Amino acid sequence: MIATFLIQDGVTNGAIYALLGLALVLLFSVTRVIFIPQGEFVAYGALTLALLDGGKVPATTSLLVCFGAVAFLFDLWSMRRGTDVGTFVRSLALNLVLPGVIYGITIVLAPLDLPSVAKALLTILIITPMGVYVYRIAYRPLADASVLVLLIASVGVHLAMMGLGLVFFGAEGLRAEPLADDNYTIGALMVSAQSLCIYGATIAIIVGLYMFFERTLLGKALRATAVNRLGARLVGVRTHLTGVTAFTLAAAIGAVSGVLIGPITTIYYDTGFLIGLKGFVAAIIGGLASFPITAIAAIGVGLVESFSSFFASSYKEVIVFGLIIPVLIWLSLSGGFHEEE
Amino acid sequence: MKNRFFAGMAPVAVLSLSLFASSALADVTIGVTISSTGPGAALGIPLKNSVELWPTEVGGEKLKVIVLDDAGDPSVATTNARRFVNDDKVDVIVGSALTPASIAVAGVAGETSTPHLSCSPVPPTISKGKWTFVMPQDAGLIARNLFAKMKADGVKTVGYIGFSDSYGDLWMGQFKAIGEQYGLKVIAEERYARPDTSVSGQVLKLVAARPDAVFVGASGTGAALPQIGLRERGFAGKIYQTHGAVTFDFLRIAGKAADNTIFASGPAMAPEALPDTAETKAEGMAYVTAYEKKFGPGTRTQFGPHINDAMAILKKAIPVALKKAKPGTPEFRAALRDAIETGGPFPASQGVFNFKADDHLGLDDRAVVLLTAKNGKFEITK
Repeated sequence: MIATFLIQDGVTNGAIYALLGLALVLLFSVTRVIFIPQGEFVAYGALTLALLDGGKVPATTSLLVCFGAVAFLFDLWSMRRGTDVGTFVRSLALNLVLPGVIYGITIVLAPLDLPSVAKALLTILIITPMGVYVYRIAYRPLADASVLVLLIASVGVHLAMMGLGLVFFGAEGLRAEPLADDNYTIGALMVSAQSLCIYGATIAIIVGLYMFFERTLLGKALRATAVNRLGARLVGVRTHLTGVTAFTLAAAIGAVSGVLIGPITTIYYDTGFLIGLKGFVAAIIGGLASFPITAIAAIGVGLVESFSSFFASSYKEVIVFGLIIPVLIWLSLSGGFHEEE
Repeated sequence: MKNRFFAGMAPVAVLSLSLFASSALADVTIGVTISSTGPGAALGIPLKNSVELWPTEVGGEKLKVIVLDDAGDPSVATTNARRFVNDDKVDVIVGSALTPASIAVAGVAGETSTPHLSCSPVPPTISKGKWTFVMPQDAGLIARNLFAKMKADGVKTVGYIGFSDSYGDLWMGQFKAIGEQYGLKVIAEERYARPDTSVSGQVLKLVAARPDAVFVGASGTGAALPQIGLRERGFAGKIYQTHGAVTFDFLRIAGKAADNTIFASGPAMAPEALPDTAETKAEGMAYVTAYEKKFGPGTRTQFGPHINDAMAILKKAIPVALKKAKPGTPEFRAALRDAIETGGPFPASQGVFNFKADDHLGLDDRAVVLLTAKNGKFEITK
């Protein structure tokens, strides 16, 4: 009886970690960035949804406009030696017009009492473009840097985004309203509609990613970049485009995770980091390369967490993060470790 | 890196407050170090806001107030305190919002003979220090009131769930120390961390142990997580929350799950409901009215009043010390310390402070009220 509750709880959290883990693997394989701020997208998503629930205009919209403006300045700087009109107009549309439009939409829609699904979609719409700008501002100038430099940049982006989160959302936590309020009883088990949404969204995203990588040209370009960056460029894949795509996908996945987790727990401006770390544990177990192993490992992390919180709550984090040690030992002993090219 | 990010903001805070500091050098200088960023931000921000409500002069002397952020980090707090003493020649240090940072400040204060008013609880070894005085109610005082209430409610067995940090240890320690005197037995002890997304495991174990009541040793909105979890899993008994949980954000998040719950609190959370005879009513009403006028209705917190109370004490102590020495001198600091220690009682918003040489906590039962939640509001209960 208790075990079923624990399993359910573990799978629900594990599904969220799986989404984060997948985003981390996706980003690492395509851009070689270990993206620590992934958790911040989750926190931003959850907090944005919670504020929309309160009928307020979330501060993330103005943040989005600022991000876009900074990205535009970066573009202008790189265009200083002359450029064609097309590039300029594209940059203007992407960096200034798009966030402006989203800002306008939010201001109009926020005070209306929208159905929760619409609010969730609006949240995803607000957060997703942030991925583009974060890539443009922090990572594109470093695209050819080493993994270590990219990691250091990630730490910087993480701290900056967390600080901005404190400024814009305040120090106290928020809790969003569930997408659906129903509960279903299956045998002895009570399943909330929200956790069904989580399972559904996770499976949909995994299937969607699979289709994207197998069936679309862009997805194949991403895979090619992941396998060999230089080779992909030689055959005509634009690696900046794959970078932007990967970050957009990661931000969207982060926003979806935020929308899903916001109603089941209290989210603080700094919660994202810990959730992201647990997704990271799963991604490490997957060797930062395998999507299916990462997803399964994430469910495992959720289960371990849930059971250890029952049997030894004081040592929960130790146990969860301790999982990573045997995996690292195994990975380094099995010799599959290769220095980056 | 984070500190550097916010270091840019610290001068802004200093600038805005140095408006007070427009005149001569003999002003009384107060150094305030507070964690307005980092893990203690939820506590530190209302403290920082409350500083803005301080008067501009006391006893005819201008006040010069310097506010620095320590991000809850003891090493930054130490640097801040040293800067106050060496560069700014402060007469008194106020802060910090988190216990580790306050301990660090107390160390500098003791070493440099500077009076120190701590805005967070500190361990007994620190509060015994000659130069440190403590504003918040100590855990023992709160625990005695809560335990007495539990005994009166007929509670015999208690399930405990608290933060897996020193705050959680603090309350468990009170159960071990004095729980038996009130006939209370802890039959389950669970821990969780504030950023946890789920406490289902811990809550299931608590419910399975079938205690008469559950005691939550957590603070801020973090205390709402087990509260909601327990109610979701059908726990119908009474839940007891410490004063750390008494915030409107808690009620907003817990919603209906906050029913049938007893909160310990300082009187400043609900001064309106106090009888007119209560010594804490006048200060509490004045502070809460001023604070909510400036920062919006429903923004009062448990923590902000400590800053108000520090000023309530200084308002009476500074004039006494001014008769003996000039501000900015070691003699003035010593006189100020003596005035704080012997000049009581000081009626303030969170209680009536009456310090003695061997008691730098200074509070008694007047500093605790018991609250229940009703329709998103706190009400006083007996």
